Amino acid sequence: MIDERPLLEVDNLQTYFNTRNGTVKAANGVSFSLGKGEIMGLVGESGSGKSVTAFSIMRLVKPPGQIVGGRVLLNGDDLLLKNDDEMRSIRGRSISMIFQDPANFLDPLFTAGQAITEAMQIHQDVGRAEARQAAIQLLGQLKVPTPETVVDAYPFQLSGGMCQRVLIATAMASMPALLIADEATSALDVTVQASILRTLQELRDQSDTTVLITTHNMQVVRKVCSRTMVMYSGQIMESGPTKEVLDNPLHPYTAGLLSCVPTLDRLGQALSSIPGEPPIPGSVEKGCVFYSRCPIRKPVCADEQPPLEEIAPGRMSACPYLQETNGTASATR
Amino acid sequence: MEQPLLRVEALRKEFPVSRGAIFGADKRVVKAVDDVSFSLGSGEVLGVVGESGSGKSTLGRLVLGLIEPTSGRVWFEGEETTALKGSRLRALRLQMQIVFQDPFGSLNPRMPIGKSIGYSLQVNGILSGRTLQDKVADLLEQVGLSRSHATRLPHQLSGGQRQRVGIARAISVNPKLIVADEPIASLDLSAQAQVLNLFKELQQQLGMSYIFVTHDLSVAAFMSDRIAVMYGGKILEMAGRRQLLENPQHPYTQALLSAAVLGSWQGQVEEIVLEGDPPSPISPPPGCKFHPRCPLAGPLCQVSEPELKEVEDRHVAACHVVHGVSVDQAAVPAG
Repeated sequence: MIDERPLLEVDNLQTYFNTRNGTVKAANGVSFSLGKGEIMGLVGESGSGKSVTAFSIMRLVKPPGQIVGGRVLLNGDDLLLKNDDEMRSIRGRSISMIFQDPANFLDPLFTAGQAITEAMQIHQDVGRAEARQAAIQLLGQLKVPTPETVVDAYPFQLSGGMCQRVLIATAMASMPALLIADEATSALDVTVQASILRTLQELRDQSDTTVLITTHNMQVVRKVCSRTMVMYSGQIMESGPTKEVLDNPLHPYTAGLLSCVPTLDRLGQALSSIPGEPPIPGSVEKGCVFYSRCPIRKPVCADEQPPLEEIAPGRMSACPYLQETNGTASATR
Repeated sequence: MEQPLLRVEALRKEFPVSRGAIFGADKRVVKAVDDVSFSLGSGEVLGVVGESGSGKSTLGRLVLGLIEPTSGRVWFEGEETTALKGSRLRALRLQMQIVFQDPFGSLNPRMPIGKSIGYSLQVNGILSGRTLQDKVADLLEQVGLSRSHATRLPHQLSGGQRQRVGIARAISVNPKLIVADEPIASLDLSAQAQVLNLFKELQQQLGMSYIFVTHDLSVAAFMSDRIAVMYGGKILEMAGRRQLLENPQHPYTQALLSAAVLGSWQGQVEEIVLEGDPPSPISPPPGCKFHPRCPLAGPLCQVSEPELKEVEDRHVAACHVVHGVSVDQAAVPAG
């Protein structure tokens, strides 16, 4: 069950990239919290800042990117104040991350077993044989059909889905409290994607792992995430229980994004799409970041960005206006 | 009966796997496309859905004659294209165009996009000079770009805009058939919707036929009149869009559908999560290609490959269980 106190609290996180063409505010005041055992989805298009947010929590942002402000509290402990050594041990024990392209994140010269046990041997006091047994057990738990064989296979001998399972096993080897999956299923076939998502769900059920999934795919959050946040241009636009966010969005960007996706119940209708393209995060100096593309914008929106506020119980939105006009908005969907 | 625009019969493509090639030791082949037949009417859109390695892209390229089939034949407007060569084939190719997945990789990075779009018209001597420029400007507007884009280079455009350029280039020669190979897979959601709408509008305006290759069943459903589901180089099921979505027969189609479902259909379709991975093309399983992952498979499926047979009018599927054959034994029951 979800604990009273959140496992992870991100408070006004600011991660900026200083480039020749100015500062890109990739995460521009991101705040949210994650309860223990929760599976949270962070949805956005490319450039929205979802991956930067994930990398910031891991403190893995590379220059020219820099975390310039905010707090990232894991069990109340601020990760942004840790030194590199402390952070390395936290990454091994408390937080793990899996990535989009598993083959790239597995060392081609290491067998699956070596990859899985490496972290285990560094961070926990276990011997080689013991670690190998643990790796086989872990692979079995992740529904790998013949774990005894896979444990000795090199990444090139494994399929994409299998590589991703090995990477998940590597991440789970240290029994982390928080697992961050950054577009972890995006490169996989749909049927394999479905089974990896099921695996993440089972992990949560078995070991109460908290999971943060970043994705651009609405089907992914619909399938496994209990809560969903929608990110745009470095900011969170909306958050709430997944079903409510997807069925009855409170922010016009969420509504627009949903109407872009062809679904089986709206065949024959043209897709509505969001006109224009997202602004570079940080380039909008005044007003709402979605103003230039918003179908329900008001004059006031050009000057002021409405704060992310609780609009209905459990539902946060950075736009108070869609609900007012909701009759028309849901008619256009 | 009206002659179809395109007819494909028993098409096969095998790629040699050259491992240890110096001593010629390894003569194995990958059957990328394995005995595929279908026909496509004029103005019809066929969606080809499959996961990676299913042979869907290879099928598109075979149809266009971009690669040579190992065996099988293709007819375009009654003419056998697989037998054509030289200038006849080149002339025919103007009737059939392709739009690729990666609009960046398929555009010359140093060629202004206006020139890319007009290139086919120019090298084929169809238009030149002023009339060519006017045509390019018209094409740009037709795909939702402005005339001023003509002088830009590909890197100055967004992914969605580049894909519009790819589409403009394809329709420049008034083709009767366009093969679209995962044309939206590398785009962001809002750009995807814009490009899908553009494909649909152009198809309705110009009456072209499409073969729309995609891994996403809901995209295929949005675009197509008819859908073919491919797996391991074969068509497992093919039917009209409605028939396929409302009455999917093959267990693989049912799994794909359950993975694609979003919106109000959710809850009406039982969630099916398949175990394992799509088959390795180098060593595909014997019998039905889908049997290792199939929830319905029996001993028969491991040894005998089911044929693509009609289950209702204009709806074919390749599955023993669907055809009412008992799969409990490894031999087809007599009678």
